[in-house]
Amino acid sequence: MGALKQYIDLYMSQREAIDAGSADVMNTLRPVALKALEGRELPDRGVEGFEKTSIDEMFAPDYGMNIGRLALPCDVAAAFKCGVPNVSSLLAVVVNDRFVPTATLLKNVPAGVRVMSLADAARQYPDEVARHYGSAASLESAGTALNTLLAQDGIYIHVDRNIKVERPIQIVTLTSTPVPMLTTRRILIVAEEGASLSVLTCDHSMSRDTAALTSQVVEIIAGERSRIDLCDIEETHDTQSRYNQTYVIQHAESNVAIGGMTLQNGTTRNEYRVNIAGRGCECHLGGMAIGSGHQHIDNSSDVKHCAPHSTSHQLFKYVLDDESHGAFEGSIEVTPEAPFTEAYQSDRNILASRGARMHTKPQLLIYNDDVKCSHGATTGQLDDKALFYMQSRGIPRDEARMMLMQAFMAEVVDTVRVEAVRDRLRHLVERRLAGYEAHCSDCKA
Amino acid sequence: MNELLKVTDLHASIGDKEILKGINLTVNRGEVHAIMGPNGSGKSTLSAVLAGNPTFTVTGGSATFHGIDLLDLAPEDRSHEGLFLSFQYPVEIPGVSMVNFMRAAVNAKRKYFNQPPMPATEFLKLMREKRAIVELDNKLASRSVNEGFSGGEKKRNEIFQMAVLEPCLSILDETDSGLDIDALRVVAEGVNKLKTPDNATIVITHYQRLLDYIKPDVVHILYKGRIVYTGGPELALELEEKGYDWIKNQVDKEAE
Ligand SMILES: Nc1ncnc2c1ncn2[C@@H]1O[C@H](COP(=O)(O)OP(=O)(O)OP(=O)(O)O)[C@@H](O)[C@H]1O
Ligand SMILES: [Mg+2]
Repeated sequence: MGALKQYIDLYMSQREAIDAGSADVMNTLRPVALKALEGRELPDRGVEGFEKTSIDEMFAPDYGMNIGRLALPCDVAAAFKCGVPNVSSLLAVVVNDRFVPTATLLKNVPAGVRVMSLADAARQYPDEVARHYGSAASLESAGTALNTLLAQDGIYIHVDRNIKVERPIQIVTLTSTPVPMLTTRRILIVAEEGASLSVLTCDHSMSRDTAALTSQVVEIIAGERSRIDLCDIEETHDTQSRYNQTYVIQHAESNVAIGGMTLQNGTTRNEYRVNIAGRGCECHLGGMAIGSGHQHIDNSSDVKHCAPHSTSHQLFKYVLDDESHGAFEGSIEVTPEAPFTEAYQSDRNILASRGARMHTKPQLLIYNDDVKCSHGATTGQLDDKALFYMQSRGIPRDEARMMLMQAFMAEVVDTVRVEAVRDRLRHLVERRLAGYEAHCSDCKA
Repeated sequence: MNELLKVTDLHASIGDKEILKGINLTVNRGEVHAIMGPNGSGKSTLSAVLAGNPTFTVTGGSATFHGIDLLDLAPEDRSHEGLFLSFQYPVEIPGVSMVNFMRAAVNAKRKYFNQPPMPATEFLKLMREKRAIVELDNKLASRSVNEGFSGGEKKRNEIFQMAVLEPCLSILDETDSGLDIDALRVVAEGVNKLKTPDNATIVITHYQRLLDYIKPDVVHILYKGRIVYTGGPELALELEEKGYDWIKNQVDKEAE
């Protein structure tokens, strides 16, 4: 215990430098976050909601921070190869927390759309950013409060009323550091009334030999009748830890689909907190985890229905091989204000080896009678009968296993609604299960 | 050499329950053998053990397949070497399309023989040709393996796979069950079309009607894990008429 203290100390001694490297809108929230952290600790393993993952342990190493915002060496060009075919023109790279637009992005961003550095946005459009920054994320979470205390930059995506962005916006986030480091990154995505957009984030690490931790808070504000798709694919290394917290506010009749896909990682905790604040919303939450080696993948979801006539669907699937560990804690909450809710959650997992472990805890909290809700969780093995059947047709056992795992994951791939992104994800999943090491430069058509 | 399969004193168990208790069987090229016998006598177990199903443990005996030790091979290699099992209960594999399944099977075999993967157009042509042999609906080919197939469709699909893989020894485990009269004829004709002087077929069945189409040279009765009686085609007719009691009585009496 006590990992938090070193970061608070760091903040206290460096607050001016931190402020100087950021923008007023972000700086204003720091004292609030500091207050929220008073007397707190980062959650340890076993604490309610953190059965299998210790955030405290994740933050315990003495990581450095790039407060002075030195441009760290990074082969940004290599990351550009991570193109989704035909849609790569809206591409940006974020090295640690520093936003690097591409020339084509600057040229192709449609009118009424901003895809830019969060700190720059906060300087250029302070009122607009202040309206949204910190509006969805909850400082009750120590992780989020710490992120708010330290975050200097990140990504800002804003789409004006009734503007429909046709092409997916692709953001490649990279961790690149020669020394063990904590990256604090913030992502803010806002769709105003009637707007629509699709975002693909590809999370990679360029420093496979260096332990690094990323704290990332994503805020998604879906205005009335807006439509937002976010697909987040993590392909990092076993040296990397990631604490990713995604907060969503859905206003009336908005339609949001979020996919969190962990293909390769070290230790990952993803949290999805969806607040359905307006009536008539649709929410889709899809999650995939492919584990091998000693990967640790923990997803926690909470979809809270606070208004009537909305539907939510959650589907999480894990395939765990070797000694990898998975955890899923998911809840559906229906408040008294949310009659005529339909909410579903399903968690299905395959343990492909004896050493793999899965912990799952689905939860329903229903305070309303007029609802249709269901949840279910199953953990099993690959189907031996199917394996033998395939082998008897000449398909080698390893290939048969891979085909069965792919088939199992197809359902999650299909939750991605944007075709180009879905096709790319399918390809990445196939490669991953075939045992190829995921790497950004492979992600080329 | 004419001998394709030689099984000698084969014993196999599941857990500590012995199911095959000393099987002796020789199948030559060009022959059709029928294996009949009461429910639970071990017919499917014999076919599963020959195909390499890891559910069963071989506890004794040997099986030689065109000169090589069959029991030493992984199931996939038994397939590559020319063994094919048409399952009594074909397995449904949701999410794996028939096309991908067959492509993987065909190319795995080619790889085993150091050949490059089959070009896509050639593969599609092969699929079309072989589908025609058992009149397998094109629609089924685009679905997941056996998923939602009717009983009869599953059996047709087995023979379709057999046609694609061109085995030298096919074991058909109750391929006739679940087939309507027309389908039975189509499937049996399919099997006959695939027959050559070099390959052989073992037909496991309870009914003479399949043997009307696929004419056996030798008929065996398997009972309590042993082949207790071997005869010519007339044996099947005799069983149809008299049932198994006479043979059961005889065997059980000998055991006393
Ligand atoms: N997986 C299994 N676990 C336990 N016992 C089994 C298993 N498979 C087969 N057996 C047993 O082995 C014996 C032989 O079964 P098998 O399926 O080989 O019979 P069969 O001759 O094919 O019967 P049928 O004519 O009904 O198809 C039976 O007593 C059966 O219960
Ligand atoms: Mg049987």
